Amino acid sequence: MTPSDRDATGLLTKPDDFVQLVTATGERRPHADFDPWVADVDLGALGRLYRDMAIIRRIDAEATALQRQGELGLWPPLAGQEAAQIGSGRALRDDDFIFSSYREHALAWCRGVEPAELLSVWRGSAASGWNPFEHGMAVPQIIIGAQALHATGYAMGAAWEGSDAAAIAYFGDGATSEGDLNEALVFAASFDAPVVFFCQNNQWAISEPVGLQSKQHLARRADGFGMPGVRVDGNDVLAVLAATRIALDRARRGEGPTFIEAVTYRMGPHTTADDPKRYRTDEELAEWSGRDPLARVLALLDASGVDVAGLERDVKSEADRAAAELRAALTTITDPEPLSVFDHVYAEPNSHVDRQREHYARYLAMFDDTDAAASATAEGGVR
Amino acid sequence: MTALTLAKALNAGLRRALADDDKVVLMGEDIGTLGGVFRVTDGLKAEFGPKRVVDTPLSEAGIVGTAVGLAYRGFRPVVEIQFDGFIYPGFDQIVAQVAKLHYRSRGNVRMPITIRVPFGGGIGAAEHHSESPEAYFAHTAGLRVVACSNPADAYVMIRQAIASDDPVLFFEPKRRYHVKGEVDETASLADARPMGVATTIAAGTDVTLVTYGALVQTARDAAIAAAEDGVSIEVIDLRSLAPVDYATVEASVRRTGRMVITHEAGQQGGVGAELAAAITERCFEFLEAAPVRVTGHDIPYPPAKLERHHLPDLDRILDGVDRVLGRPNSMSGVEA
Repeated sequence: MTPSDRDATGLLTKPDDFVQLVTATGERRPHADFDPWVADVDLGALGRLYRDMAIIRRIDAEATALQRQGELGLWPPLAGQEAAQIGSGRALRDDDFIFSSYREHALAWCRGVEPAELLSVWRGSAASGWNPFEHGMAVPQIIIGAQALHATGYAMGAAWEGSDAAAIAYFGDGATSEGDLNEALVFAASFDAPVVFFCQNNQWAISEPVGLQSKQHLARRADGFGMPGVRVDGNDVLAVLAATRIALDRARRGEGPTFIEAVTYRMGPHTTADDPKRYRTDEELAEWSGRDPLARVLALLDASGVDVAGLERDVKSEADRAAAELRAALTTITDPEPLSVFDHVYAEPNSHVDRQREHYARYLAMFDDTDAAASATAEGGVR
Repeated sequence: MTALTLAKALNAGLRRALADDDKVVLMGEDIGTLGGVFRVTDGLKAEFGPKRVVDTPLSEAGIVGTAVGLAYRGFRPVVEIQFDGFIYPGFDQIVAQVAKLHYRSRGNVRMPITIRVPFGGGIGAAEHHSESPEAYFAHTAGLRVVACSNPADAYVMIRQAIASDDPVLFFEPKRRYHVKGEVDETASLADARPMGVATTIAAGTDVTLVTYGALVQTARDAAIAAAEDGVSIEVIDLRSLAPVDYATVEASVRRTGRMVITHEAGQQGGVGAELAAAITERCFEFLEAAPVRVTGHDIPYPPAKLERHHLPDLDRILDGVDRVLGRPNSMSGVEA
């Protein structure tokens, strides 16, 4: 018997049984194990986490709009997942290395990736947006789960070198069904690799509900691999920050990997090419709107006596400026030179590619004369 | 010079690479304590320790995928795929990750990963243990694909592969592992023939016979047999399947006017097909006959008792030579 899609949504309708420090309505819930890890997060720091989330939400909305306007070929929106990404991203040290999937724009934001770098791939102008070693963040991965192995290998290497840097792999609920992810968990556990597996369970793998990937909470899978599995409210930036700090500390102390399941929700489509109305209900969307990661931080700050109106105003103008910079960055992304298609296939000279480049250059050169003739004709006004 | 088997020559090459560069790490199933199922890594774990010679879980995607992460960290991983037929679970990591990351990162990330693959048949093995998957990788941009055929080359080429900043699929002819040859262990890489350059094993004037891996010896034997029959065969050990050293092959075909290529892998879409097409394009006016391929059949690798009917042998190669010479042969009278 195959489960119908509706049957398989069972796991996503009940975001329960997880660690939560801030409720959806902004109440601070004490937690003996997690609280010490965010004891330093005062109201100012909480406001900065809000700022990060608001700005990345604005950038994400702007990029989505740019796709709708034909400026980008595609965009995978992150809306709804701001707390999961900012909470974990702000837990990282500069020398920790990020291996992400394609939706982790907030991690790129945390790592100072420039707007043009962020957009160039989605505009189709570059094979990758940034130099991984400048930002400590690998080339984002489209193949589902492949990066979990890369993070594990990187972490093994870091440990062998005697460094206490860690690696973190970002992936979605769908990736937990992939062999690569499971093999990464085996390797990481076997070698005590200082790696954090950060699963953003956003409930949907394009149109497939998480219940089709798993019959139980994803965090429970960790147990079978011999590592701690933590299920945390992914819309609670404070809980995510604490969980990631705990996992990183474990990694740095040589105690090996941790699997974090951040329970969140993708509010928009999988990508701008997707129509989520075909597979999920308005009720479900409304339910998750009530668990918004930004609103609860504002509510908590408000209840704590912070001038929330002022904060919102400041952050909004900052976010607007970031969005304007993003849009302006489009003009700096130029179309690459035709022959650059042959660049970087190999690190060393390669007779085969070199020959194809030479042949294609000769072919293209034929049009140079035509162009020159055409422009001469136009200038001369003779038809 | 020392007489070493091909397996021992690889072992010596790996030892040298481990000693020369502490970023070199070996990874694979059973390569440590056991020394590899073919003993190619024998003794290396004891000598360099478990962080340099790493026994891994049984997971080909895991082995290759973690090597990618290690390369990100600045290591030069040398991974062993235990048998040719086991490479497919790691295929995605090889063709979608190892091959493409330098391109995708616009040259920022290097993937100096060597993937060692014992390949080919002729040892009476069980299924999945005798395959020739090289064409899949030769078809993939971003990978270099090489095959060694003798101990001297094996010793140098494995070090060249490890030193290369590009990923290299390194195919080892498993039925030649125990054949001895002279190896110069003092050879420096600077003086060595580059990994991508083919070797002319035997000079000849009538037919150019191109091959690689285990069949190099068979081709050499075929040339000796043909000479007794008055036919002069030039034998080329291709060594590099991607890129191919066309200069060497072209020069030979321009002199002989005839080419036969032989490999164990199936014919369709194989290295021989590519070579025949490329040489036809480049040397058409020099060719006296269409290039001929003598290959394994396009079948799943057969049971051990049948493999001699699948693998090209000396007589099948000579039959191919007869075809390209227009002498009586198995295809005589058959319409193309």
